[in-house]
Amino acid sequence: MKKLAGVMASAAILAGSLVTGAYAQETIKIGVTQPLTGAFAASGNYVAQGARIAEDEINRAGGVMGKKIQLIVEDNKSNPTEAVSTVEKLIQRDRVPLLIGAWSSTLTLAVMPKLEEYKVPMIVETSSSGKITTSGNPYVFRISPTSAMEAVAFQPLVKKMNIKKADFLYTNNDFGIGSGQEFAKMLKENGVQIGISETMDPKATDFSAQLAKIKASGGDSLFVTTAVEQLTIILKQAKEQQLKVRIVSCGGSNSPDQLINQAGEAANGSFHTVFFPPWFPEVVKNPEPAKRYMDEWTKRGHNVGGLTEGFRGYDAVYVAAEAIKKAGKAESEAIRNALWDVKVKGIYGDIAFTKQGPAGKESGQHMPGVYLVTISNGKVAKTSF
Amino acid sequence: MDQLLQHLLNATILGGTYALLGIGLTLIFGIMRVVNFTHGELYAFGAYCMYALVMPLGLNFFMALVVAMALGALLGATIELLLLSRLRGADIDTTMLVMIGAWIALQNAEQLAWTGVALSINNPFPSEPLIVGPLSVSWNRVYVFFVALLLILGTYYLINRTHLGKAMRATFQDRDTAALMGIRIDRIHTATFALGSALAAAAGALLGPVFVVAPTMGDLAAAKAFAIVILGGLGNIKGATLGGFILAFVEELGAGYISSGYRDAMGFLLIILILLFRPTGLFAQKERVG
Repeated sequence: MKKLAGVMASAAILAGSLVTGAYAQETIKIGVTQPLTGAFAASGNYVAQGARIAEDEINRAGGVMGKKIQLIVEDNKSNPTEAVSTVEKLIQRDRVPLLIGAWSSTLTLAVMPKLEEYKVPMIVETSSSGKITTSGNPYVFRISPTSAMEAVAFQPLVKKMNIKKADFLYTNNDFGIGSGQEFAKMLKENGVQIGISETMDPKATDFSAQLAKIKASGGDSLFVTTAVEQLTIILKQAKEQQLKVRIVSCGGSNSPDQLINQAGEAANGSFHTVFFPPWFPEVVKNPEPAKRYMDEWTKRGHNVGGLTEGFRGYDAVYVAAEAIKKAGKAESEAIRNALWDVKVKGIYGDIAFTKQGPAGKESGQHMPGVYLVTISNGKVAKTSF
Repeated sequence: MDQLLQHLLNATILGGTYALLGIGLTLIFGIMRVVNFTHGELYAFGAYCMYALVMPLGLNFFMALVVAMALGALLGATIELLLLSRLRGADIDTTMLVMIGAWIALQNAEQLAWTGVALSINNPFPSEPLIVGPLSVSWNRVYVFFVALLLILGTYYLINRTHLGKAMRATFQDRDTAALMGIRIDRIHTATFALGSALAAAAGALLGPVFVVAPTMGDLAAAKAFAIVILGGLGNIKGATLGGFILAFVEELGAGYISSGYRDAMGFLLIILILLFRPTGLFAQKERVG
């Protein structure tokens, strides 16, 4: 019943945004492209829910420059081609001066040429592939960490966790490959022997062959990069195949709460990098917005397992609003320039952009915190390193 | 050596479920000449039924499988009566387009009802796997394998040894003559589609607890089912059974010893090769059912 109520509520919100579309002149529009259906639907919906919370907060506090902000959320269906269509639609038809998106690295990379073509900046809230900010697209401003930053943050733990030989299993897309390469590079530099690197199709559900191979390789740690659905199955199948290695999941889209819920016992003893730890929000740099976001999330009855994703949308909308305020007008070029001066106390830390990529065409990159948590006895705990 | 044995065990277990996926689809194509794009969604439907019956409703795990199959048959019969019965005599393209529409509608309905968050189903088996020497496999998978074999044998028996099966085969061989012999063609069509759907739902209900349940789970299952059916020869149940096992072995060994990134490509590569040399599939002498 609760679920149905949730569906009805989101339908009502959807209908509401259609109605408010008529007063377009009164609001400042921000385009959001997220995977609301398809393989990444769960995460995309969480990000959109977090974004809606920020939208309402900002509007309750008087909006931006006396106008309300209005998110126009489009479903990119977890599909790069659709992602490009949503961006075309948001820019051409809704005339949004600024975008937020597009969750997975592959989706973000697919829409990036359109940003340059139409000269509209985009705040990237989740994607971690290095290519996004190093390929020379000056319309990209990323608040999420790159795989390389994640690997560097992990570095001090290599000795403490006593990692001697590492194997890899990652999803065969920009996100997985990028992460696998960065972690392998970092581990190698720290004297860790690299075993085998196995890949999997983003839609695959059976990993028995890969896991049998990894078992034979005999490493002590397995680094896995994929979204939570595959990770759940991997943990279960690793237990089935008696793979007794330390499993570390990278990429921050691993929702430990959901893993505990769904993989049960098999999740015990695994490690996960997250970019916001809702189990102990006091450790983040700005606990105040974190608490506000978490309270509202619970009040709205959203899935607790989504807290580790929803904050990305929440922060992205605050950054967007701040950039528009700084620009003083809702125009793409002014907003792009203003983004360089944005300072937002967010859940991702003190958000500010530094330059990355080839000179003259730099993208903006924020340096957020990375946290490693572990699951023990069905609970998420801080690591004791 | 241990690794090879584990690969072989994994492939055998996987093959059983692949075969189950394949026979439901091949049955419908063989008898009805319908390319059933809703097969994957019926698979997902079976898994969601299993979830709903076991988790919130607390029904017995084994009973739930039977109920899920019955519901799958019911949904299949509904699709047949609502959509396909009106399209009898329509060309295969029209039917295909309608089925693609039904596929998309069903998948989105699943997401609307259950959201995109993956769900998992508890199983009553011990959480420690079954260990034989260096090999291990979960009890749940062993159960899935034997139930799949049972269902395949049951289907085989039904098609070859029962009156209904005889009527189905007759309808396939010559519709007009079968009708003249007093076979109710319409009912045979509905029954066939319901049977194929029940098998798809059974596969979903069996594998739901092994993997996780999500609205898009049917896509991959459908792709595999089509591969298996093409491999074994369209409309050939024995072929689909063997095709399921062959695909599983090719995938598992290909991923184990060549490249895991191309695991799903291996199967399709094999199909291209087979189609080049045996365009009717591996086991089709001529078109037949059974």
